[in-house]
Amino acid sequence: MKPAPFEYLRATSVSEALEFLQHDDAKIIAGGQSLVPMMNFRLAQPERLVDINAIAELTEISEDGADIVIGSLVRHAEAMRSPLLARRLPVIAEAMRHVAHLAIRNRGTVGGSLVHADPSAEWPLLVALLNGEIIVEGPEERRYLAAEEFFIAPLVTDIGEDEILTAVRFPEPPSGAGMAFDEVARRAGDFAMAASGALVQVEGGVIRDLRVALGGVGDGPVRASALEEELTGKPVDAVSVADIAELACEGLEPMTDLHASAEYRLHLVPVLVGRVLETALARAAGGRA
Amino acid sequence: MSTRIDITLTVNGEEIVETVEPRMLLSDFLRDRLGLTGTHVGCEHGVCGACTVRLNGVTARACLTFAAQVDGARIETVEHLGTVASLNRIQQAFRKHHALQCGFCTPGFLMTVQEMLETLPLETDEEIRDALSGNICRCTGYEHIVRAVRELADEREGAAA
Ligand SMILES: Cc1cc2nc3c(=O)[nH]c(=O)nc-3n(C[C@H](O)[C@H](O)[C@H](O)COP(=O)(O)OP(=O)(O)OC[C@H]3O[C@@H](n4cnc5c(N)ncnc54)[C@H](O)[C@@H]3O)c2cc1C
Ligand code: FES
Ligand code: FES
Repeated sequence: MKPAPFEYLRATSVSEALEFLQHDDAKIIAGGQSLVPMMNFRLAQPERLVDINAIAELTEISEDGADIVIGSLVRHAEAMRSPLLARRLPVIAEAMRHVAHLAIRNRGTVGGSLVHADPSAEWPLLVALLNGEIIVEGPEERRYLAAEEFFIAPLVTDIGEDEILTAVRFPEPPSGAGMAFDEVARRAGDFAMAASGALVQVEGGVIRDLRVALGGVGDGPVRASALEEELTGKPVDAVSVADIAELACEGLEPMTDLHASAEYRLHLVPVLVGRVLETALARAAGGRA
Repeated sequence: MSTRIDITLTVNGEEIVETVEPRMLLSDFLRDRLGLTGTHVGCEHGVCGACTVRLNGVTARACLTFAAQVDGARIETVEHLGTVASLNRIQQAFRKHHALQCGFCTPGFLMTVQEMLETLPLETDEEIRDALSGNICRCTGYEHIVRAVRELADEREGAAA
């Protein structure tokens, strides 16, 4: 099918984009990899499209003090290849390999993925795992949102129609932390049936900081807090990942859909959590060999 | 409402100046306006890969890009690879290994394989299959496409050594 008619405006700065968004029915287009399919099927029929691809200030990956800042227009493929991210947050490249296919990674953006908010998508999970802060700019103010504030429901976020997501800011990970990501999908590049990321810091043989994030099993990315609490403070040698991975299922109510049943997703969670925890522990300084 | 957009772009090395309606997809622009029907249209939602072209040097789905967005861009389509009389190396390998039957998916595969050979190590067949995952073929069962890419990747290593 073909999209319904619309007005096309190309913004060259954030302030210009905000101006163009002052309209009853305007939508931002970034990579177009989620929006254009919806327009082709006429599931979305915005009257005005505001193209942000020419806004150079949104395309950077940079360090701000100890923080790492990723502009909303950074493409999945760029994040995957970034030497800065490989050094500071290697788990991002590890996750990007699972995002769609070559041509889609070349176009799709961080900001588009976060605002599209597919519960199986990798970027939302990474923001939850790495305690990222989503930066949103509106006509009046700039807002900073954590994952649990930003993601409201599948395909629904806290961003307003007149706002633009400009960047996501990641704090420096705990020193010596090991990180890992893995997922299970029907085919390479398909949306995950379940996904998991882990971050572990070990000091003097004790787990100091532990985070486990899950995708594909809730309304948005979720943190396995019962598991996190159980393991934090434990001597690393006393931890049997196989025994505790089930804890990650606590409180989960995954969906059954075309791709996988709720039961199967719940089966995948401990499997994936086991894998990423073992890998992250092996990668952590002072962790398991 | 601005209903016409003027665009200037390079397609297969040739400068093109046209006026388009904002909602015109790049795939339709290439096929209907420029007569470049090598770019195929299967699903129009990014899944099948038949419409894959090169946009400023990297692959992109023509069905998920509006023609209005490519003002100033450089585009290459399958017509840029080789001609019937003079197939390029990727096309030759596809022919040799029977990597096509009906040929509907082939333009997209050729464009994808070109980028794979330029950017990926392709050490294992699994890696080749992974990189081809964005292109769907209903005829070949993929095996022969993987063989064609394997030969091209090995040949590339030979040339580099
Ligand atoms: C075949 C296929 C497979 C895919 N597989 C995966 C996958 O496995 N994992 C995955 O994560 N994704 C997958 N995707 C989606 C892909 O990652 C998209 O790139 C992403 O979801 C949207 O990013 P985009 O830049 O293309 O956004 P667009 O499509 O341009 O926009 C998406 C939405 O976000 C809004 N928006 C975009 N940028 C901003 C901004 N800066 N501020 C405010 N609003 C904004 C738009 O208005 C729109 O509502 C797949 C897509 C396809 C077609
Ligand atoms: S027609 Fe573009 S991906 Fe199928
Ligand atoms: S050769 Fe027929 S679809 Fe691939």
